[in-house]
Formats: sequence, structure tokens, C-alpha cells
Amino acid sequence: MKLIPAVGVEAEGAVLIRAGTGKIKAARDPRLTQVPARLSKPAPAQGWPWNLQLADWIDGHMAESPKFLRPVTAADADVGHAIVFDAPLTLDCGKTLKPFTVAYMTYGALNAHRSNTVLVCHALTGDQFVASDHPVTGKPGWWDTMVGPGKPIDTDRFFVICANVVGGCMGTTGPAEICASTGRPYGLDFPLVTIRDMVRAQAMLLDALGIEKVMSVIGGSMGGMLVLQWAASFPGRVVSAVPIACAARHSAQNIAFHEVGRQAIMADPDWKGGTYQLHGTQPSKGLAVARMAAHITYLSEAALQRKFGRSLQDREQISFGFGPDFQIESYLHHQGVTFVDRFDANSYLYITRAMDYFDLAAEQGGTLAEAFRGSKTRFLIISFTSDWLFPTAENKHVAHALNATAATVSFVEIATDRGHDAFLLDEPELFATVRGFLNSVAASVGA
Amino acid sequence: MSLRPDLAAIAEMIPQSSRVLDVGCGDGALLEHLAATKGVDGRGIELVQQNVNACVARGLPVMQGDADTDLGEYPSAAFDVAILSQTIQMARSPRDVLDHLLRIGRRTVISLPNFGHWRVRLSLLAHGRMPRTQALGYEWYDTPNIHLCTIADFVALANETEATIERALALDEKGRTRPMRAEAWGPNLLADGAIFLLRGK
Repeated sequence: MKLIPAVGVEAEGAVLIRAGTGKIKAARDPRLTQVPARLSKPAPAQGWPWNLQLADWIDGHMAESPKFLRPVTAADADVGHAIVFDAPLTLDCGKTLKPFTVAYMTYGALNAHRSNTVLVCHALTGDQFVASDHPVTGKPGWWDTMVGPGKPIDTDRFFVICANVVGGCMGTTGPAEICASTGRPYGLDFPLVTIRDMVRAQAMLLDALGIEKVMSVIGGSMGGMLVLQWAASFPGRVVSAVPIACAARHSAQNIAFHEVGRQAIMADPDWKGGTYQLHGTQPSKGLAVARMAAHITYLSEAALQRKFGRSLQDREQISFGFGPDFQIESYLHHQGVTFVDRFDANSYLYITRAMDYFDLAAEQGGTLAEAFRGSKTRFLIISFTSDWLFPTAENKHVAHALNATAATVSFVEIATDRGHDAFLLDEPELFATVRGFLNSVAASVGA
Repeated sequence: MSLRPDLAAIAEMIPQSSRVLDVGCGDGALLEHLAATKGVDGRGIELVQQNVNACVARGLPVMQGDADTDLGEYPSAAFDVAILSQTIQMARSPRDVLDHLLRIGRRTVISLPNFGHWRVRLSLLAHGRMPRTQALGYEWYDTPNIHLCTIADFVALANETEATIERALALDEKGRTRPMRAEAWGPNLLADGAIFLLRGK
């Protein structure tokens, strides 16, 4: 048993390898962490920051790619806290992960009764940096509008935990990490993980931190799936749950979009059957295209039209060529190239697959309501009118299933034209709803 | 904060510790009152965002949605009482809403404004234009009250659904109540509104 300074509790089978602002380098194979020049930040942009030609930019950067480049630069970055578990993580696919690491961040302080924990679950490409600057991009936390002192998830009152999911690439064990038995990166030898596996790992993290019950589990998109899975898998540990812009299963359309992204990655010759780390390459083009396609699904038609319309990018007229004539093209290119800086291509394959496999009702013989039977958890389900990736109907479907089991559930549909991404944006009604809900839950548990 | 008199009259009809669905629950004042005073396990349905947020902040479970479209999702006899307060006249299909309420709740409480009040009748007779009253202060073209009815109209609809009217209260303009006979002509002329306690067939 080792002490975990993060909250000052002991836990079975958990070894703290780092807390605070240290590095997790030591945990990795030194051969793979001797990165002479990590994939650097995008070249200084001229004009619009996304005024970049995708292919040129990637080619320019590939030239300086080091051997054994770890595609994600977290090796050099602060990944917050990390715990290495010696106990195996038993996965839905039948395999086990052992040992495995969970990297996480905390904000605020645990109260004396340990009743004020809010577990934030991140989305597909998110990570534990929910309310602090991202160590790779330097950008503010992905939900710093929602989480922080005085914010709806108030870190002055609540103890906020956010952990990188299993299969991720910001310090938690994933395909880019070194497999202990082979000494090489997992690559495609990494076992397929599910949303339920991710939740199991998070539950082990909470065990290690000595937290039995969480006041609220909250997250959007894939984070919302994790929230639902938490409520289904550990009903006794979840006082309240806030799944935002999600569904109890991935639709055919969602799977289709994910498959386009995966095929783009795997079609990139630099992917090399998933072993690109050993070849010193990175399927940046494929990953960027995957991100571009996915990014379209995060926005609404109205938002795209409002933001970009048919505006041309740094030119007076169309060029009669295939350069980025339109601002929307330039914007998507920017989304693509900045993404490859901070995300691992294999991780993208694994996590999208986990989302595709998610189907809470299937676990219960096809009846979603069964997943929540007898649940004492208080639910707040939130959707956005213009979200076509996880439309209101899908969210409402979950709410009705909960109603059918007489669970305590609220459903709120927020009017916005910003599409799926709205959950990450400045949406006053979203903030007001979450704030009001958490306050009432906090009052009921004395937090 | 004291409850509006008509809501207090509804609250008085709700049994202790029952399960209640309040359709068009507004800011949740009635549900909160019922939870506090009668240990009621209440649920709300509300369309307006600010009202939904107010309910959530009060810790009340509320579904943002529309009585016209969402009631079909609720299982039969899921609630001891279903409440529809001052809302039926806004439904696109009041008959369907009533059928659902009678199905979902073992009992149904409905309150409604009375378009048969003598002032309304006189206003139409005297001016020849759609009446505007204190309770119904809209022009005909922008009113959300698209299916106004009189007490007699509602009683006829209740009979058509074969529901039993177990109690009927007449409301005056201040929301004060007095028992009435549902079929009597007097309240239809003199009451500003009515509250009915129904039981489905």
C-alpha cells in the first residue's frame, strides 16, 4: 500500500507514481521517451490561424519526426496525477490489463464527509484537463466555462475529479503506451475496451482515492455515455448523474461516421498496421481527415452557415483549384492539423470503437429501463435542439426509460443552433440548469 | 410563500405520500408544496425553459416537453394522480391529452378557465368580438388558449370519455373555491373556473 498524496488516503493495490506537477516519463521505456524533437505545435500561422495547407504542413513536420516518436506529446507534459494499478482490469472482451495506469486531475478539496465529489467524464477526444491549461496545446481546460471557482461545477465547494479514459493517450494506459510484457508500444495488441471498462477503471481510481460515493457524475457526448454506464454499473455509488448530449446506444449514423474516421486513419500508409511508433511515422493525414469528418458532426448546419457561409479564405475570388478557397475548408484543415498534435491515431480507433459498441439496453436483454431498475440516483438529462449527432429524441429515450422505472429524472432541452458542440460552449441555460441541479443535490447530501 | 388559492385547492385533493404527475407544472410551486406538506413523490412536465430550470433548482424532477406529444410515453396507472392545471385549453388535442391523463393517473385533477362565465357571454353579445377577460387577456390571433371551453363543455367531454367526476369545485376570480354540481347551470354562468377530480373508466 502506498500513500496517495492527492487526497491523503491509502488504497489497496495502487501505487502512486506521481502527483502534482511531476512527469510520468519514468514509467515508460527510456528508448521510447528519448524524443529529440516532439511533434511541435503548428507553425506560426499567417492571417487566420488555420490558414494552412494540410498536406504541406504535415510534410514539413514529418521531416523532423524522430525515431520512436510517441505521437502524443504527453511524455513531456504534465499529466496531473497518475496511479499505477497492480490489480488487473478485467475487460468485457475477456482480456485483462495489468498493470495499468490511470492519469487524472483534481480540482477543489474533498470535504470531511467525503460527500462533495463530482466526477467529470470527458468526451472522445477530451482528457483530464477539464479546468486547467492543456499541457500540449497550452489552451484552457476543455470545460473551464463549466468547472472552476464560482462556476456551475464550483471547485470552491466541490471536489472535482476527471480521469483520462482507458484507451486514451494522456497518461492513462492506451495503445500508445508500452506493454510491460513486450517492452514495445501496444499498438493493435491493445485489447478492445468498452465504455463499461472505462467506468470500471474509474471506479478503481475512486476506490484508490478512498471515495465511496460521488455526489454527481457528469459529462457530455461520450462522457454522457460514461455517466449512464456509471449509473447502471454502480447505482449505489452515484447520488446524481448528469448525462449531456448523449444516448444509451450509438446509432447507425454515428457508427458510420466513426467508421469513416477509422478508415481514413488505416488508409494512411504511415499507419503501418498500427505499428507506426516502431517505424517513427505517424498517420497524421489520416487522423486529420478523421478529425475533419468528425468535426462536421459536432456542428449544426445553421452554425456552419452563420460562421462561414460561402466566405472565401484570404482571397477575392475562387482559384479554380483545390486549395482551401472557402473559410470552412481552412477551418476544418486547422481542426485536423491541430488535433494530430495532441492525439494518438490508435487511441482514436479504440475509443471510437468503444462508443460504437455502447448499447446499455443490449446488456439488459434489450430493455433499457432494466439498466436502471431500482435506481436511487437522481438524473438530469440535457439535450440541445440542434444536436443531430445525439439528437433530443435519443436523450429523451433515456429519460423515458428512467421514468418507466420510477427513477427520479429531469430532462431539459436547451434551445441553441450550435449543434452537438453546444455542451462545451458558453450556453447560459446549460450553466443555469447544471448549477441549480448541483445545488439542490448538494443540499440533499449536505455537501 | 403561500400557494395560489386554486393550487391550494388542488393540493387539498392529493392523498398523502402519493405519486403525482403535474402536467404543465410551471415553476414547480405546487409540486414543491406537495413534497413538503404531503410527502408526495412528484414529477413535472413543463414546456418553458425558465420554469424547467426553476423546477430543477428546486430539486424537482421535471421533463421539458409538451403534453400533446409526450404523454404517450408514460405507462398506464404509473401515477396515483395526474394534474393538469389551467393548461387543457392550450392543448392542440385536449381529448387525447385527457385520455392519456385518465390512463396514466388513477385519478386526474383538471382545472380550467370557464369561457361560459356571464361576463364572457355578455362581452361577445355586446361587442360582437372575441372576449378578452382578465384571465384570458389575449387577442384571438395570438392567444395560446386555442381550445377554450365552458364548464358544461368540459363536463360533456368527461362524460364522453366515460370518466367519473368524483368532485367538482367552482373557482371565483380570486381562486377561492366552493363545491358545485358539475351539471348545474349556475356555475357555468357564474364561476371563473372549475376544478374536477376524475376517475377513468
